[in-house]
Amino acid sequence: MSPTSDRLLRVADGCLVLSHRLSEWMSNGPTMEEDIALGNIALDLLGQARGLLQLVGDEDQLAYFREPQEFCNPLICELPNGDFAFTMLRLLFVSAWLAEVWSTLEGDAAGVAEKAVKENAYHLRHASSWVVRLGDGTEESHDRMLNALDGLWPYRGEIASEQWYARIEPVLTEATLPMPAADAWAQRSSADGWHTEHLGYLLAEMQSLARAHPGATW
Amino acid sequence: MTALAAKAWDVLETVPDPEIPVLSVVDLGIVRDVVESADGHGVTVTLTPTYSGCPATEVIARDVRTALETAYDAVEVVTQLSPAWTTDWMRDTAKHKLRGFGIAPPEGRTTLPLLDVGSPAACPHCGSRDVEELAGFGSTPCKALWRCVTCREPFDYFKKH
Repeated sequence: MSPTSDRLLRVADGCLVLSHRLSEWMSNGPTMEEDIALGNIALDLLGQARGLLQLVGDEDQLAYFREPQEFCNPLICELPNGDFAFTMLRLLFVSAWLAEVWSTLEGDAAGVAEKAVKENAYHLRHASSWVVRLGDGTEESHDRMLNALDGLWPYRGEIASEQWYARIEPVLTEATLPMPAADAWAQRSSADGWHTEHLGYLLAEMQSLARAHPGATW
Repeated sequence: MTALAAKAWDVLETVPDPEIPVLSVVDLGIVRDVVESADGHGVTVTLTPTYSGCPATEVIARDVRTALETAYDAVEVVTQLSPAWTTDWMRDTAKHKLRGFGIAPPEGRTTLPLLDVGSPAACPHCGSRDVEELAGFGSTPCKALWRCVTCREPFDYFKKH
């Protein structure tokens, strides 16, 4: 696979896997408005993933018939949702990464990116507002945000850049959350085929229908 | 647009957006090009999707094809991603139609990196300017949910995009 396809797959898989995670919130959100918001964001991410997968090969083949170790998504996308604080902080971290990705993709992928960069701006805005609201909220919500920050920070390694730190720092500050050290320990990359155990379970659910009925249409 | 393609444009004016039927696909600004074949029996229409994951996109492509097949022997529908669709391409008349339908139209022109997501100018029901956001996302990808503080009615805002 060419370096370009590798990069596209990394972004496409990140969007696809996070889309699936967010869709798990459907009917479980704290309010109906939030259910709708997470559904919309999941749908945007799914559309973005499809746009990129179509450039790499057969989208169904790539989404439904690859094994976990063949997926290239950053590990942070596959972690279980945890509580709402964890879900929102993860969305902030990934959206801050995608903001940079969408503004640098070239060639055919630029067409997908032109659309995605605007959609992502809405996701980033939504996640930021929740991180601030919960971080600078009650003692309980603040503690949950601190907990989420502890859990997610080691997974920034694959997505963080100077721009990324610059994007999230003002949000954490406004949320009265500490900015952890940039050189703190980080998980190794999924690019060399390592994933957390969570991805296999996610894919088992996502791929089961297509594998039980290959080529099904309706 | 050639004079001949006017027939195709007339047909396209009758194809509604499946989610917001008060608007045609032409009002929405997603029809980017219409070219008739030399013999006038075929037509190629270029559409630009509104949102990456909008479920209406495939329905629109099918509806456009079905409508044009009543006037042409051969219809081709092409999807073009770049330049990306923006609410700036909506007709001004579309904004009037949206208001009549109870949806506040997008305000102002879109600028990247879209830090300013815009806000409705007024409640589409009573015209009050005292409005507040309830949720940044709504019943379709293109809308957010707002409420009028004066008449207390909730309403959709077609987001600037």
